Amino acid sequence: MDIILEGGREAIRLLLNADPYVLEVTALTLRVSGTATIIAVVLGVPLGTLLAFSPFPGRRYVMAALNTGMGLPPVVVGLVVALMLWRSGPLGALGLIYTPTAMILAQAIIALPIVTALSMAALQQLDPQLHWQLLGLGASPVQLVLLLLWESRLLLMAAMIAAFGAVISEVGASLMVGGNIAHQTRVLTTATVLETSRGNFDRAIALSLILLILAYLITLVLTTVQQRARRW
Amino acid sequence: MKADARESSPVLEAYDLEVTYAQTSVLWIPHLTLHEGERLVLIGPNGAGKTTLLRVLATLQKPSRGRIVYRGHVLDRRRARVYRRRVAVVLHPPPLLDLSVYHNVALGLYLRGMRGATVRARVMEWLQRFHVHHLAQRRALGLSRGELQRVALARAFVLEPDILFLDEPFSGLDEPTRERLLPDVRRNLEATGITTFLITHNREDALALGDRVAVMLAGRICQIGTPQEVFTAPVSVDVARFVGADNILPAEVVRATSLTRVRCLPEGPELLSTRRAPKQEVLVCVRPEHVRLADESMSAQAPGVDFEARVEEVVPLGTRVRVRLRCGGVTLSALWDYVYWQTSPARVGARVILHVAADHVHLLPSP
Repeated sequence: MDIILEGGREAIRLLLNADPYVLEVTALTLRVSGTATIIAVVLGVPLGTLLAFSPFPGRRYVMAALNTGMGLPPVVVGLVVALMLWRSGPLGALGLIYTPTAMILAQAIIALPIVTALSMAALQQLDPQLHWQLLGLGASPVQLVLLLLWESRLLLMAAMIAAFGAVISEVGASLMVGGNIAHQTRVLTTATVLETSRGNFDRAIALSLILLILAYLITLVLTTVQQRARRW
Repeated sequence: MKADARESSPVLEAYDLEVTYAQTSVLWIPHLTLHEGERLVLIGPNGAGKTTLLRVLATLQKPSRGRIVYRGHVLDRRRARVYRRRVAVVLHPPPLLDLSVYHNVALGLYLRGMRGATVRARVMEWLQRFHVHHLAQRRALGLSRGELQRVALARAFVLEPDILFLDEPFSGLDEPTRERLLPDVRRNLEATGITTFLITHNREDALALGDRVAVMLAGRICQIGTPQEVFTAPVSVDVARFVGADNILPAEVVRATSLTRVRCLPEGPELLSTRRAPKQEVLVCVRPEHVRLADESMSAQAPGVDFEARVEEVVPLGTRVRVRLRCGGVTLSALWDYVYWQTSPARVGARVILHVAADHVHLLPSP
């Protein structure tokens, strides 16, 4: 119990003192997870749109694979990305292993199926009449897609929130491709693992609390935008 | 529609249209023409294929085969896009976007690249014409069913389309709302002269709005003509039943001179018809509202036959009553205004004298 209370006190102290170490780790966490989410949205929404509106043989299997991908274990992604980026791996020449870029890549791969599958579901749940009605009002194919995305904006925001939540909380992939190097690739989750393994529970609890507060604040911003969108 | 509209140039023609689902033909239209400025009303029961035909004619859905010609040009993929910017469609129920009423009505204009004062003026004019201008800034998703329909209609009319496709514009509305909307639609259609293709399953809408009426049953257009032709001279028993000519009785021709005299079977009344009998055995077809109580002035005005019948049942239908009458071996159905019935002696068990005018007796060949 004392450990927990001490952890809470330490967290408050670190936050109030604007501890440089904590600030650095937090900033990198935001940069890595934020960039990964944006990449997943930029790729996932068009991909989801394409899958929602372009029937092709075997689409059901692709959909099932995407839905499975929503529960993709981060360690598996970490392993695959690490193997690809390893110095002797196919993309080793790029020298990306143990860099924030490698972590962004791994997290984007984790977030992509989530954004794609949820975007696809968001578009497919729209009233099918809406598609015909918009065409009947003279919408071009591009206008049609944009209007349908607008109509499903609440669920698209939900997809974004889910993707961000998944990547900011994962540890396996970041650890494997980032290496948890101080001042270079250490993020809140990997730092928490490290402090726990060192027996610094107060620091680990403090970092966990910061992670939770951060995840809550970002999600609060996204939810606020989403609910504003609900009012238009 | 102008009186010579059927001779005027066709705006839209469909040839050999067929839609099949799972190798079953659900729609087959050998030929259909929509003339400049006319209002063609397509009626038929639910599931007859009316909406499918509308979607195909508006190029929202590809037919399995056939072609559509718009002002002399066959609509291919490229032309269909241009065509869709010249027509307007109101589906049923009309989906509105999660925007304000104003922006929903302006949507089609925005999609055509229009902006600014012109859009504002046009949108406000049409909101006003459909009496929903006070809702302009309201969120569209919170509207009542009647308001939603008016907004959807304004959204289509604001485009000043070459052809207007309306799918069941009065369906799902309560009676007072429907009664207020119908004259507004009629007035705006007449004022603009837009060529209109309207779907309804309500026969009264067809009578109120149609220059021509087409009856669709099981994916086929069975009859097309003026409302008068379709409602009083149906071409088949199925059409007769759908258009409400409820009295369909087997009969034999007794005499065929300038008027045809037929005897309803078994042991029913003899009726006169202005139609020529297609064969010796026929089906007599009379609308229930054309079965009237005999009075001297009516008999003098419209040649026909008076005969006695016994009232078997009276079913009140709001402002009207349906009366079941027995005459010899046949049962007739009559549909009268409540006031007309109330001032008549036609109570259950009473014997009354009926009159059916010869020009209201339609003859179909017996199957």
